[in-house]
Amino acid sequence: MAEPHFPTPPLESEDDFERDLHTEHQLLNMGPSHPATHGTVKFLVELDGENIVNIDVQVGYLHRGFEKECESGTWYQCIPYTDRLNYNSAVLANLGFCLAVEKLLEIETPERCQWLRVLASELSRLGDHLTRCGAACLELQAMTPFLYGIEARELTWDHLEMLCGARVTSNYIRIGGVKHGMPPGFPDSCRAFIAKTRELLRDFDAVVTSNRIFVDRLQGTGVIDRDTCLAYAVTGPILRSTGEPLDLRKQQPYLVYEQIDFDVPVGTVGDNYDRYLVCVEEMHQTLRIVEQCLVKLEELGPGPVNVFDPRVRWPAKGRVFNHMEELIQQFKSVTEGPRVPAGEGYTAIESANGELGFYLVSDGSAVPVKVRCRPPSFINLAPMSEMLKGALLADLIPTFDFINMIGGECDR
Amino acid sequence: MEDHGHAVLRRLIDAFPGALHDTHVALGDATAVVDAGSLLEVMHFLRDEAELVFEMLSDVCAVDHLPRVPRFEVVYHLYSVARNHRLRVKVRVDAASPSVPSAVSLWPSANWMEREVWDLYGISFAGHPDLRRILLYDEFEGHPLRKDYPKERRQPLIGPRN
Repeated sequence: MAEPHFPTPPLESEDDFERDLHTEHQLLNMGPSHPATHGTVKFLVELDGENIVNIDVQVGYLHRGFEKECESGTWYQCIPYTDRLNYNSAVLANLGFCLAVEKLLEIETPERCQWLRVLASELSRLGDHLTRCGAACLELQAMTPFLYGIEARELTWDHLEMLCGARVTSNYIRIGGVKHGMPPGFPDSCRAFIAKTRELLRDFDAVVTSNRIFVDRLQGTGVIDRDTCLAYAVTGPILRSTGEPLDLRKQQPYLVYEQIDFDVPVGTVGDNYDRYLVCVEEMHQTLRIVEQCLVKLEELGPGPVNVFDPRVRWPAKGRVFNHMEELIQQFKSVTEGPRVPAGEGYTAIESANGELGFYLVSDGSAVPVKVRCRPPSFINLAPMSEMLKGALLADLIPTFDFINMIGGECDR
Repeated sequence: MEDHGHAVLRRLIDAFPGALHDTHVALGDATAVVDAGSLLEVMHFLRDEAELVFEMLSDVCAVDHLPRVPRFEVVYHLYSVARNHRLRVKVRVDAASPSVPSAVSLWPSANWMEREVWDLYGISFAGHPDLRRILLYDEFEGHPLRKDYPKERRQPLIGPRN
């Protein structure tokens, strides 16, 4: 018989059972680019055997000075940067920023524009949730559901491209409006896409939701309760999985969400499995919202999608080429952008990860004094160590997946 | 001190007549400017008072108003889930060794956000359990969101770390 590699020293007496065995804590570095985490973040995990004692979450690897850049350009120049915050749902960040600027300018956008904004942001939310659920399966070693999720996300992004002109960083929402209305044929194509996505979600559900391995990895892991969530300012699907129905689309409605019929799913336990179920149900609700947007937009028909306000509206191209006034206005708009009245404002929207806030301060000039993004990814990641105290190291993977930290938004 | 018809501000003014420097309501947002010395007392009241219940400290950030004196403002955004209302609390801080009492003991969410303010603005938080840089690395020189930090400034290269 072969000798074991690490033979246990023989017991010297009966009392030796009481001997203090090896109980030193071990430090494990995971990241900053680990194959089982989608996101550039480093965990310094303190382990007792296989159990987590403490995690030092180290973020900042994607820090690129978002706020500094915004504070050295014009208000318009911030919008493409907001696209790159959460690159899974770029339209939502566009929307948050533009709503905040419009608050300072005291602008109310036309109804058609508001419905288009809801449409684009719900498609964006769908893409974000699909990525979260699909990638979580992949990191739990299941390739097939990931492909279902990614196929649906491809369709979502194809339709975002039809609507906005770009798949990921669309720069679609502008101060005082959107870039343009729906292209011809969009509603029909979108309806076919909704039917196909429902089918894919059904397939996804069939292989995942009651899959023994998946359920075992998710149920009872990464548990957090409502009060801890609130103390850590955690919002979005994580908070809703604990049973608190906080959704800013219902609580503090913006745009036309008051007129839309949708439900806010909540969980009961606050574990990863509840978060998964909440996300899946939110995708179904999102599809319902998209359907209502299409009906309403067809009813409203074509027409202006920007507010008529010379401070933010660019003149029509045909007039720019032939009239002096409009040429000057175009020149001023491009080189200087709007002058936003002095003041400060905070606007929060419900992004795919939770409350996405923008706090803007203006001194009345064309350059912002302060552009603060309240990033849900960053704030939701903070209690991760709390959620995993005493858990197995393997539970870190699904917990991190369902926190859905997006490096671009977390590190800004 | 005026409450501008805002119930939360009214309640705050009644409880702390001496601790408030200013209040205003603009564009629907209520703001109270609080003296740094009584910040924790005020925050504690805002969190635990039955009519207010601000369970959530949504956001902490700072604004650099160079060349205004006092130079910095630390801005707290509070949200009450139970009452569905918001409040902005501000503390003004001077440029010479800026420091504010830490709110971590009241809301653990303040931990990372105060670390971020320290990292980017160099405003320290007295009583913070773990005040170190969060987005930037330890060897970074200066605090980049200060208005006198030039955007083009280069940082020294650091070698690999073990």
